[in-house]
Amino acid sequence: MSIDTPTPTLKSVLNDYWSRVKSGDIGSLPAVLGLIALCAVFTSMSSFFLTPGNFANLLTQAAGVIVIAMGLIFVLLLGDIDLSAGYSAGVSGAILVILVTNHHWGWAPALAVSIVAGILMGLVIGSLVSYLGVPSFVVTLAMFLAFQGILLLLAGEGGTIPITDKTVVAIENSNMTPLISWAFYLGASALYILSGLRKMAVRRKAGLKSELIQLWALKTFGLLAICAGAVYSLNLERSNNVALVSLKGIPVVVALILAILVVGTFFLGRTSFGRHLYAVGGNAEAARRSGINVKRVRLMSFVICSTLAAIAGLIFVSRANSVSPTTGGNATLLYAVGAAVIGGTSLFGGKGKMRDAILGGLVVAVIDNGMGLLGYAAGIKYIVTGLVLLVSAGVDALSRKGSS
Amino acid sequence: MSEPILSLRNINKSFGAVHVLRGVDLDIYPGQVTALVGDNGAGKSTLIKCIAGIYTPESGDYHFDGKPVTVSGPRDATALGIEVVYQDLALCDNLDIVHNMFLGREKKKGVTLDEATMEKLARETLDGLSVRTVKSIRQTVSSLSGGQRQTVAIARAVLWNNKVVILDEPTAALGVSQTEQVLHLVRRLADAGIAVVLISHNLTDVFQVADNIAALYLGTMAAQVKLNEVSTNQVIELITTGKSAGVTKAEASK
Repeated sequence: MSIDTPTPTLKSVLNDYWSRVKSGDIGSLPAVLGLIALCAVFTSMSSFFLTPGNFANLLTQAAGVIVIAMGLIFVLLLGDIDLSAGYSAGVSGAILVILVTNHHWGWAPALAVSIVAGILMGLVIGSLVSYLGVPSFVVTLAMFLAFQGILLLLAGEGGTIPITDKTVVAIENSNMTPLISWAFYLGASALYILSGLRKMAVRRKAGLKSELIQLWALKTFGLLAICAGAVYSLNLERSNNVALVSLKGIPVVVALILAILVVGTFFLGRTSFGRHLYAVGGNAEAARRSGINVKRVRLMSFVICSTLAAIAGLIFVSRANSVSPTTGGNATLLYAVGAAVIGGTSLFGGKGKMRDAILGGLVVAVIDNGMGLLGYAAGIKYIVTGLVLLVSAGVDALSRKGSS
Repeated sequence: MSEPILSLRNINKSFGAVHVLRGVDLDIYPGQVTALVGDNGAGKSTLIKCIAGIYTPESGDYHFDGKPVTVSGPRDATALGIEVVYQDLALCDNLDIVHNMFLGREKKKGVTLDEATMEKLARETLDGLSVRTVKSIRQTVSSLSGGQRQTVAIARAVLWNNKVVILDEPTAALGVSQTEQVLHLVRRLADAGIAVVLISHNLTDVFQVADNIAALYLGTMAAQVKLNEVSTNQVIELITTGKSAGVTKAEASK
């Protein structure tokens, strides 16, 4: 064996990681450090920031933006952008609400139709970008306006359509019971540990070097310990008036986001479709010469983006208990792009992971939430979030320079 | 001399009024490095693209393994076992070596990628070529030097059991020691029985590794001769004037 001869040690692995960081391959490191720093600052400045109630709030606030950002990552991986994803969410949400409230459909068929609407929106955008060759920036800017118009027509000018369906409302407003929360945590942890062990076993069976078991254990159990802390604090009573209503447990939407995270990570990391996405984003010409159908890959990325936006639409209408002409509007899309980029996804394509959306989405939500608690005006929040996005994009551009 | 694996006869190709290839003959032998030389605009790239199926010649015969074949697209050429390693490489910087070697032809287990098998095969191929310069085959291509990238691109061509590997100026952008490494690799490919076509402007490289030289001059094959039958000056004459004392076209058909 001539390659990979030295057996990795904890020290050599850390050295490798540090040299990768120095060469610009920093991944989610800035987002993690930023999240810790922001939490520390807000905790010291506001006594309410680090309470279980606010923590649960933070998660449900961030949920919609995180799901849009997860969809955007598929498009960003190709170096494209979807500016219309916010209003795709709004349109899908409006379809869901109108079918349930005005036409008395059940939540399931209505949700199915709204997701099909998301797929169709993605097909239109993807075909225009991929087969007609119009730059995605222009196509989705046009669709941003068009979808905003559709949403306005559907919701009626100035109109708000309420939704009272229990299942839809539960997504953002209900929690698992503490017992189910722990069961959910244990089940997810067991699956996570098993998949990690299985990966190492497969590699060892094939006679390949696998990750250092100590390092794997450190990462896995570190993450699980942090999650256990989160579950513990979410299981504390956070209602102001327990006699009236009891609020405890993991918000339901967390399970939805984790499910998307697992499915999306599997697609990106373990299937040839995911591999082709990275390849097209890294070097489209090389991908084409390798026999990859670049146009179809690009079309699919827009379809996935709009489909996830439709799911975000469900989250938005659930949170507001209604749909309005601004659902998915305002700063939603920009927050989602910011979340993906802050999390470590490159705007130049070829680099990004599903978890970036969660880390970046939490950073955006923490800024929004923390500054809100401190009483800053919305204008200041926008400026700070904008600056954080700018810094992340700058880090992205610099790391690209550093590695080439 | 053994039978050629690939032989072209009387190939003609025009782009509009420009007659780029005029009755070109070329023989490529297994286990040998055939250097394709010629000045800019002599038609080297066009000839390569005709072999690879990217262009279809207007007339001429294409024989592979002694049998006449029609190559009307890149897929036909790939199916025959012809692989071109282009000058601008065609690797994805953001993927690692294993991913690049299997790009577009990933091994799968059900729906998931079979990473373990791919890594094993990639490693075996690199070991088989005695490639010792890469630290880990799981590092991204962006972290590799120019010579290492070229190595990966060539190894990819070998991985798929190709019979003919065409290298388009593999050493053009490399430093001295990296050029040396790549040329060694080229020699090993030929020693493994692969028919190698090396396009190069650098006659030092050509004389170091080639077994025979095909010189194009303004769209015609000036001569295809064995390396040990010509001198550097004669090859320069062939490239610049299309003829050289002591080298006749007749020798080409040997």
